[in-house]
Amino acid sequence: MTTTDTADRATAVVAAQAADLTKVYGHGETRVVALEGVTIDFHEAEFTAIMGPSGSGKSTLMHCVAGLDTFSSGSVRIGGTELASLKDKDLTRLRRDRIGFVFQAFNLLPTLTALENITLPLDIAGRRPDRGWLDTVIGMVGLSERLGHRPAQLSGGQQQRVAVARALASRPQIVFADEPTGNLDSRSGAEILGFLRDSVRAHRQTVVMVTHDPVAAAYADRVVFLADGRIVDELRAPSAEAVLDRMKAFDAKGRVS
Amino acid sequence: MFRTALRNVLAHKARLLMTMLAVLLGVAFVSGTLVFTDTVSNAMRNSSAKGFDQVDVALGPGPGTGPGDGDPAEPPKLTPALLEKAAAVPGAEEATGVVAGYAAVAGRDGELVADSFRSQGGNYWGDADPRYPLADGRAPRGAHEVALDERTARAGGYEVGDTVRLSVDGPVLTPTLTGVFTTDDGSVAAGGSLALFDTATAQELFHRTGEYDEIFVRAAPGTSQDELRGALEAVLPEGVSTSTGEQLAEDQAERISAQMSSMESGLLVFAGIALFVGTFIISNTFSMLVAQRTRELALLRAVGASRRQITRSVLLEAGVVGAVAAAAGLAAGIGVGAGMRVLADRVGGVLPDGPLVIAPTTVAAAFAVGVLVTVGAAWLPGRRAAKIPPVAAMSSVHATATVKSLVLRNTFGALLAGAGTTVVLYATTMERSEAQAPMGLGAVLLILGVFVLTPLLSRPVVGAVAPVLRLFGVSGRLARQNAVRNPRRTAATASALMIGLTLITGMTVAASSLRTSIDRMATAALEADYVVSMGNGMGLGPEVERRLADAEGVSATSPLRIVPAEVDDETQYLTAVDGSAFDELMELPLVRGEFEVGGAGAVIDDRIAAERGWKPGTRITASHEDGAEQEFTVTGVYEQNEMFRGIVVDAATVAPHQERISDLQVMVKMTDGPSEANEDRLEEALGDNPAIVVQDKQALSEEIGQTFSLVLNMLYGLLAMAVVVAVLGVVNTLAMSVSERTQEIGMLRAVGMVRGGVARMIRLESLVISLFGGLLGVGLGVFFGWAAGELMGGTMRTYELVLPWGRIVLFLLLSALIGVVAALWPARRAARLDMLAAIKAD
Repeated sequence: MTTTDTADRATAVVAAQAADLTKVYGHGETRVVALEGVTIDFHEAEFTAIMGPSGSGKSTLMHCVAGLDTFSSGSVRIGGTELASLKDKDLTRLRRDRIGFVFQAFNLLPTLTALENITLPLDIAGRRPDRGWLDTVIGMVGLSERLGHRPAQLSGGQQQRVAVARALASRPQIVFADEPTGNLDSRSGAEILGFLRDSVRAHRQTVVMVTHDPVAAAYADRVVFLADGRIVDELRAPSAEAVLDRMKAFDAKGRVS
Repeated sequence: MFRTALRNVLAHKARLLMTMLAVLLGVAFVSGTLVFTDTVSNAMRNSSAKGFDQVDVALGPGPGTGPGDGDPAEPPKLTPALLEKAAAVPGAEEATGVVAGYAAVAGRDGELVADSFRSQGGNYWGDADPRYPLADGRAPRGAHEVALDERTARAGGYEVGDTVRLSVDGPVLTPTLTGVFTTDDGSVAAGGSLALFDTATAQELFHRTGEYDEIFVRAAPGTSQDELRGALEAVLPEGVSTSTGEQLAEDQAERISAQMSSMESGLLVFAGIALFVGTFIISNTFSMLVAQRTRELALLRAVGASRRQITRSVLLEAGVVGAVAAAAGLAAGIGVGAGMRVLADRVGGVLPDGPLVIAPTTVAAAFAVGVLVTVGAAWLPGRRAAKIPPVAAMSSVHATATVKSLVLRNTFGALLAGAGTTVVLYATTMERSEAQAPMGLGAVLLILGVFVLTPLLSRPVVGAVAPVLRLFGVSGRLARQNAVRNPRRTAATASALMIGLTLITGMTVAASSLRTSIDRMATAALEADYVVSMGNGMGLGPEVERRLADAEGVSATSPLRIVPAEVDDETQYLTAVDGSAFDELMELPLVRGEFEVGGAGAVIDDRIAAERGWKPGTRITASHEDGAEQEFTVTGVYEQNEMFRGIVVDAATVAPHQERISDLQVMVKMTDGPSEANEDRLEEALGDNPAIVVQDKQALSEEIGQTFSLVLNMLYGLLAMAVVVAVLGVVNTLAMSVSERTQEIGMLRAVGMVRGGVARMIRLESLVISLFGGLLGVGLGVFFGWAAGELMGGTMRTYELVLPWGRIVLFLLLSALIGVVAALWPARRAARLDMLAAIKAD
């Protein structure tokens, strides 16, 4: 448990944690360090945004912490479970039971209805959905009327709402969102971000979001900035302007160096 | 445009792999068939030409020998006097009398050396017959000596001086081997045996006493074949046919060509089926390639390519694929052709040696077939590509297959299927000889109709298996939905499998039904314990029945003898039996009168009775071969069947008027029924004759069964290629599905589906598609089998539809197995997809 935070956060439970996380691609000449000794905690009921320019390693960090990708050294924990030692099967099970995902491209199954898409991870696990919670989630994203529709019959914003509901339906320990508003217009994007924030506020959901959009990042409780595979800065209770300023600062630095 | 096409082929190597394989297999089948038949017919032609080396002019009995045409002027017999006359003609050096017949040689192990259809006998002319140079020993002389061809002597384990066991049409003979000769005879080269006796013995054995089957005349040096022929024709009586050696060789070559070409067309039909099945794969692949490249093609349109250019680029691509596959297929086909010859040698059908013949037409055919089939199958996808509007290039949305309404398609399919069913049903009510064409047409229409309807059928049929799929949880549910996601593709894939299974099932159903009914016919009326006949279906000498009658434990025997005669100025084949014993041996259902065939009594079948208006008491007159007339009185009428019909008379009554007595079979009743000991006794009575088979009812049934299974197995083997191509189609479709759904599979893995679950999803999809095809195929097959059986068995009293349930279940299991096997590689690929790349993939 980290002690660098303010007093009231010191008691907060860590939902996920990376310690000295390093990820290297290739060997010799083609060796690329994507992450270099990243240490970070994600607290329960906290909405974290990870920002950084292209190639900064923000997506890699998310993939490693979410159990989608392997890493070279260091440690990743989801709750009390160390991911480094897990085999593919256990890792898959961990994702299924304890992690929710929202992707940029929605990634819904076109053959399933909205409701079936929402309960897909539960179906894969062979679990019965918690009816009350499911209704809450569906109500929250405002899809009650469209549960029988197939993705092709829904707008982009509606599809992403289905994706958010899918991520939340199994009450995962942590939800990872990869550029969730990247394919949406600003109004739909704002809605999605609102839902994610609401889930944190109202239902103590932990959310980690990768984005390059300062406006999206402003919905988060804190913003972590990555550059060249390292964490370079952190901002609490950000506003869009503050985030933009920091970003500009990195850009300037980047240009000088 | 050509460069674009070529680049596209190279870029989609993996995608086109299955397509190429399918074309390759089809082309290999075609070119393999052509190479094999060309090679064999060339070798056979060469060997038959050699066989006529010694013949300049051959004399034969002219046309009109058959008892069928009722020509009263019998052609002159080829007598020794005639031979003398021919030999004395100016320009003739020598004349040889030829006698030929059937002679089965048993090896030291007691088994026949050659199969009974290729066991020949003949005469050795004089002391040094030019046709048969001696390799060892001397010419056979007298009734107890024989000469064998080299191969037969070796295969039988005989050397000069040994006693040979052989049989002509009666009890076993045991002459001494005096000589071993070599021969170019085509049948011997093809694995037959040839036993030669001195001319007098051969004439007696083959019932040609005092005459020859043919006379070969050799020309003196300086006389041409045609000159000799002219000279002979001038002196020989009318009715003797003359042909030169060249003509004979030509005729023979023509016969061989005709035989081989009918075999060739038979094989090519199956190659065609395999290729037809292949077109479904090709069409599927190019449809997918076009769908995937929608934006690219639209861009080409946007920058100014015409529709025709787009179509042409797709077709060019198909042409390149076809040509490459054809080249590989040709190479494989040459291998297959060579392999088939080796295989044919291995299984006993020895073929004459000769070089492998790769005719230019074979090469041309391989490329024509490969390219035309591929381009033809890609034609529709090419047309579809041309219809892509240029604006599609600007659309950010991924091109999804345009879901055109299936209404038109379904209507059309229903019409086709309905028409096909009607025609087939109507054909079953027609006469057998006239019904074949309409039945074939109906079958094709129905298959096409079902094919057109498969997208429609896929939902309910796949829905029917849904409860089973539900057992597999999400994987099962997704598999089911994926299977019907692209109905056209699923339909084409399943149809490819359907075609093979339809044919296989149809043949099995028809064969099972016919087999059962023929079995019943052969054995139902039979009261005898044993039926004795020649292994090759030729006649038995009268000695056989005498020996059997004398054997221990035999209570009754009767021959079944076919006697040509004219009744009421019409040629009839009378069936002669032993009137006193026949009752005990065969139970013919009597319609009227009594079964009395002793003396001048005759029993007729109900059809003849109805046609001629004969009834018990009617007197009929038969004129025999020797010109004598006999009067019979009809005593009874029996119900005819396929195995037994006609006028039945007493053998003893007609025997004096027969030129040559030959029994189709001899029926035997034992005092204490069939047993192994009794069978041994009968065989012993015939001197353990290798050429004669003694069968009880069960053995008869088994023989009938074996004939059917042999034919069925051959057809299965030939249709296997079509099934293999269909399997490639399933693999192809799954591989396409996996690559199209990369992103979905990645997401499924991300949200927690284990690799096994993904693999299971693909396997189940494959299973659903294959079983769908299997069900359609088996269903259609049963229908066609029923229809064909109705047609062929309609006139058989004992015909009844027999559904081979075991086989039908087996075929369905086979299609399930195909599903599992076809999914091996695609499922593995899907399970191993790089999840991150899959999620990111656009």
